[in-house]
Amino acid sequence: MSSGTPPARARTLGSFAAILVVAGAGVGAFAYAAGWLTPDRLTPARMLAALDGPKGPALGHRRNHAKGICFTGIFAASGEGREITRASVLASGQYPVVGRFNLGTTEPDSPDATVRVRGMGLQITAPDGAVWRMAMIDPPFFPVATPRAFYDLQVASHSTERGAMPAFIAQHPEFRAFAEWAGSAPWTGSYAETGFNSLDSFVFTDTQGYDHPVRWSLLPDATVTALTQAQLAAMGPDHLEQEIRARVAAAPQSWRMVVTLADPIDQTADPSKAWPEDRRRMEVGTLIVQRIEAERDGPCRDINFDPTVLPDGMSVSDDPFPAARSAAYARSYNLRAAEVRDYPYQRAAATEASR
Amino acid sequence: MTRSFTAWQRLLHWAMAIAILGMLFIGVGMVSTIAPSYLPLIATHRTLGIVILVLAVVRLGLRWRYGAPPLPVSMPIPMRLAAHLSPYAFYALMLGMPLIGWAMMSAAAYPIVLLGHIRLPPILPQSDALHTLLWKAHVYLAFAFFALVVMHVAAALYHALVRRDGVFETMASVRADRAAAE
Repeated sequence: MSSGTPPARARTLGSFAAILVVAGAGVGAFAYAAGWLTPDRLTPARMLAALDGPKGPALGHRRNHAKGICFTGIFAASGEGREITRASVLASGQYPVVGRFNLGTTEPDSPDATVRVRGMGLQITAPDGAVWRMAMIDPPFFPVATPRAFYDLQVASHSTERGAMPAFIAQHPEFRAFAEWAGSAPWTGSYAETGFNSLDSFVFTDTQGYDHPVRWSLLPDATVTALTQAQLAAMGPDHLEQEIRARVAAAPQSWRMVVTLADPIDQTADPSKAWPEDRRRMEVGTLIVQRIEAERDGPCRDINFDPTVLPDGMSVSDDPFPAARSAAYARSYNLRAAEVRDYPYQRAAATEASR
Repeated sequence: MTRSFTAWQRLLHWAMAIAILGMLFIGVGMVSTIAPSYLPLIATHRTLGIVILVLAVVRLGLRWRYGAPPLPVSMPIPMRLAAHLSPYAFYALMLGMPLIGWAMMSAAAYPIVLLGHIRLPPILPQSDALHTLLWKAHVYLAFAFFALVVMHVAAALYHALVRRDGVFETMASVRADRAAAE
């Protein structure tokens, strides 16, 4: 039968229309899933763009905490942590670590005394191959309560509009505590005199299957000498890297890892709220830094210290930050690995060349 | 009446159709969000990718053993060509995408963990250059894969609704096996 008769032609047209609708619906659903129809969605790309600010990224470098130096050493686990997690990495023993001391800045050549937040990326590998990665910073609590607020903070801090920051603080009152810490906490002249905190809450699961919400800190064994910002500035723009190199060459430096257990009433979802001081603490091991290497050819440069890379026996909590950080770090890693020819980035030279 | 694909081939086709569509949507969704769902999405993406790789190998074996039903003689040459070539593209992507993903993770020195505790070995050494190549291939091939799926669905519906030549039924029929169909 020919398709030329009117009813048959109508049926064929209807069939083509149905095919178009199915294909169009598929493409539309795909576009929605990709976020193309929802420009307000907070994507890793938008988060990185907010961090970059108007100057754009330092190509080849981490999109945040861009200034850093590698270390290697061992983690000596006390075995005490096995009470709250079945993770093999906290069973008594010594395990290799690779890590990175860093400054919370998007500019790899920032002078040390201009950067308030210091960080440590750390990877511990258990003999069975399980890997625990962390990315910690030195403030006692996070500046904001949600990833969206962190995004807003980047936008406000880069804004040239008068009143952008006051408006941000009015909307995010938790930021006041951080600003107060940033303005009043003493500085130190060494990464070895700096303590680092997970801030985010995670869940440890013991061999019985019971969950224990925790946070942890690395507390320095070195004697801490408080400095003013001006004193640190007078030591030079790259003092921290020079100092830790010399210090570790003279003797290994150590930090005690202390895990804090939440009480049932403690909030795990909000890293801008510190838990009370009297919570149970367990000393689960000691980080011993034995060797410092420049980032450029060091073992830490091409590691993404994604805090959601956790061994069996550890998992994320309802804290929304680890997922957000994992998503953003992955994009940062993909981009900088593709820009390796630009490393180390010289912004002055790049600006000159583009003229 | 033309014979169908075997029951195992049909079962695998439809199971993998769901898995692959899910995979493409999860992939494009997970890289565009920083929400807590990012973590279960990427964990599912990794595990499902390896499942698809295994199923694709099994399916390739079935295809090699049982082949495909003949195309109707009424099909025009360009359509026959497309029908003969598209399985190559599908098998290349079904096998290639999971391997590229696995290799990409290896080149970035990520631990490759399925279902929270099954660790797969790296299949490449750490390398910025390889990671970049594989990352870009994974992204662009994913879009190509989705385009191929859309064309495949449109062509299947064209056979089912417009040509009505029995090609759609060779994969869509729910008969238990091909002996019963003949």
